[in-house]
Amino acid sequence: MEQILFRHNKPERCVTFAEYKSEGGFAALKKALAGMSPDEVQQAVMDSGIRGRGGAGFPTGKKWSFVPRNLTGPRWLICNCDEMEPGTYKDRILLEANPYSLIEGMVLACYAIGVRHSFIFIRRGYEQAATNLRRAIAEATAEGLLGENILGSGFSCDIDVHVSAGRYICGEETALMNALEGKRANPRAKPPFPAIKGLWGGPTVVNNVESLANVPYIIAQGAQWFKETAATPEAAGMKLFCVSGHVANPACFELPLGMSLGEIIDGPCGGMRPGSSFKACLPGGASTPYFTADHWGVPMDFDPVAKAGSRLGTGGIVVFDQQTCMVAATLNLVRFYARESCGWCTPCREGLPFVVHTLEQIESGNGSEEHIAILKEHVKYLNYAFCALAPGAMGPVDGLLKHFEDEILEHIKTGNCPCRN
Amino acid sequence: MIPTELKTKLQSRVSAAITNREAAVDVMKALQAHYGWLTDEAVVEAAELLGLSPLQVEELATFYEMIYRRPVGRSVIHVCDSISCWAMGGESLLSHLSGLLGIKPGETTTDGTFTLLPCCCLGNCGEAPAVMIGDTICGRVTVENAAGLIERERNR
Ligand SMILES: Cc1cc2nc3c(=O)[nH]c(=O)nc-3n(C[C@H](O)[C@H](O)[C@H](O)COP(=O)(O)O)c2cc1C
Ligand code: SF4
Ligand code: FES
Repeated sequence: MEQILFRHNKPERCVTFAEYKSEGGFAALKKALAGMSPDEVQQAVMDSGIRGRGGAGFPTGKKWSFVPRNLTGPRWLICNCDEMEPGTYKDRILLEANPYSLIEGMVLACYAIGVRHSFIFIRRGYEQAATNLRRAIAEATAEGLLGENILGSGFSCDIDVHVSAGRYICGEETALMNALEGKRANPRAKPPFPAIKGLWGGPTVVNNVESLANVPYIIAQGAQWFKETAATPEAAGMKLFCVSGHVANPACFELPLGMSLGEIIDGPCGGMRPGSSFKACLPGGASTPYFTADHWGVPMDFDPVAKAGSRLGTGGIVVFDQQTCMVAATLNLVRFYARESCGWCTPCREGLPFVVHTLEQIESGNGSEEHIAILKEHVKYLNYAFCALAPGAMGPVDGLLKHFEDEILEHIKTGNCPCRN
Repeated sequence: MIPTELKTKLQSRVSAAITNREAAVDVMKALQAHYGWLTDEAVVEAAELLGLSPLQVEELATFYEMIYRRPVGRSVIHVCDSISCWAMGGESLLSHLSGLLGIKPGETTTDGTFTLLPCCCLGNCGEAPAVMIGDTICGRVTVENAAGLIERERNR
């Protein structure tokens, strides 16, 4: 199968700068700087149909177009490599194998938006990825592919690597800007949106690692080519799916968007591990409502997954087998969000611990039907929190209520976990 | 007191930053590496370097999972307790490690070598259960190989 981001991968090691260049790397940058205007680069990204790979799926070209033209003063590009959403590890796999596509994609994005200085915000724990990126930045700078007057075009841009100290909320784009500025990383109010008023008050674009790393291939091989690498006519491009849990071969695969859930699990994942059968999965990271065996045929693409009641999210598929208690799994997930709540707004700060408490009651056999009503209410009302963390936390709870109400009721009626024996 | 050499290094980090406080996380991490944890003295020193008040540094320090405002052992063992690791036996791994080290999660061994802390997803979910020992992320940690990993770190 064709690969885009993984095409330069070498077994067990990172690709070298020389290999990346000799295999066509930096050709897109040369092409753009020699013969394309910034608007043309932006238009190609728009035409490719690529949607953000960081969770929300916003069209990347459209996001760039919101940055006002002809403004004086600095504007910024931030690459989001916080990747702390449980079940998500694709950006690490990509950067450990190849940091160069991201560097090339960032220079192209800076050119399209008119950015002089950009940042890569990396989580704590991704020290290897940060080392690879710093090396790649030094190599690219030494060859005139980054820094002053890139390839003699008159265009200049820099990339700074910022390694964080661990906190999930730093991945939320406005919290991220506070974190980069060295402020406590609470989210900011929107509007104003980052494209208008972001980092240090300037127009700012925040994009995920995977979104930016695809840009060189769109420019080099064309928007239409990129679009058609997907499995369905509606989808655009390929996606890194990082799979974990009870499958035989949990790993990160680059697959055409629109491949069905069943094809992914039975194909590259090698089916379930011996002794396990499929019960449910998180289709796109910790904040997405569960899929069950009924969703086996859903094309894994933004709109079809949303239509089926969940979200493609980050592409982190976490698979659970028949022995998994879905109440306990949901409790684990909401505990994570309660702990990672930044505490800024009351619905999230107070509501998530209450949901944890309610799930604990049910899980320990002390539940009542009233608890189901409490959970339903919270799924509804936590949408009013200040940022998307709290509604995300309720994704799995929503899925639990929709697909596993029987299992909740059995806990309540028998005072026992039906999965334990 | 931090050595002059470290101080000079951090001063130049701060002056290279776009605004002073942009360097805050780097400064806190460097001081933490020096003292072993972010001591009260380090908070004051960070504040001086950054041109902030100690309270402003405190509100940053307490926000991050891996800035320690209490003493920790020479190596911190972070055990992921998020969903993929949970599904792959993370809870029993944590209690096994706790038994091996003779400490509860959150505690430090009496010889000051190890602190055991549950933590959120380490981005190694495909190799769950995952553990970070010092700066090294380990995957597929089992009851069988955990003791070996700890010994290797003890002798490092
Ligand atoms: C709590 C929270 C955490 C997030 N964490 C990340 C992250 O680690 N990486 C990421 O790319 N996006 C993350 N996002 C989404 C970002 O806010 C933003 O939408 C994204 O970086 C935009 O990039 P994209 O358009 O390329 O997808 C997070 C959002 C929320 C609400
Ligand atoms: S929803 Fe939670 S994480 Fe978001 S601002 Fe409110 S308290 Fe902070
Ligand atoms: S859930 Fe444990 S490393 Fe991601």
